[in-house]
Amino acid sequence: MSSTVTGILVVLGAMLALAGSVGLLTLNSFYERVHPPTMGATLGTGLILVACVAHFSDMQQRLVLHHLLIGVFMLVTTPVTYMMLVRAALHRDAAKGQDHLASRHRTSPAPGALEVGGG
Amino acid sequence: MNTSFLDTAALAAQVLIGLAIVCASIRLVLGPRAQDRVLSMDTLYVNAMLLVLTHGLRTGNPYVFESALVIAVLGFISTTALAKFLLRGEVIE
Repeated sequence: MSSTVTGILVVLGAMLALAGSVGLLTLNSFYERVHPPTMGATLGTGLILVACVAHFSDMQQRLVLHHLLIGVFMLVTTPVTYMMLVRAALHRDAAKGQDHLASRHRTSPAPGALEVGGG
Repeated sequence: MNTSFLDTAALAAQVLIGLAIVCASIRLVLGPRAQDRVLSMDTLYVNAMLLVLTHGLRTGNPYVFESALVIAVLGFISTTALAKFLLRGEVIE
């Protein structure tokens, strides 16, 4: 019974990781491509870690919870990493003269568009 | 029967994660700008960590957890350093 639940959770997590990577491959602009990998990095990792907890708890006949440490770590670090990366991408786009996010709102790029990613 | 179901499921998960690694590698080669390559490298790190975890699940080796944790920490640090490099032009200032 436990191994059935474990197998289903593992396959679900792997499908989420695959969906994230396919989205990374197929979407058009960088700012769209940032979104899909977070699916595999948070929920996909979480499902596989819950499967690991279930399997090793079943195998060792005691509660094994230290796999959840990776889940907590990924949950904390993924938004930090992607925020820094998108800030760098905004900076590089503004330095190159094409500000994709600001051009949705204004027809001409404003000089203050450099400060979008500032803080 | 149950252990063979888990073994088949873990093998299927490994194949799916392998396909995910192939997708991220194609984006790593294609990626028009540097930030796309950094993003796909971060995805590669996450997928490799999931592959290691699935391998530990399949073999029943409890010590694979440490290597997965090390891969997660290294992925975070390297992606942060590369994002800092793209932003400033140097990592430590």
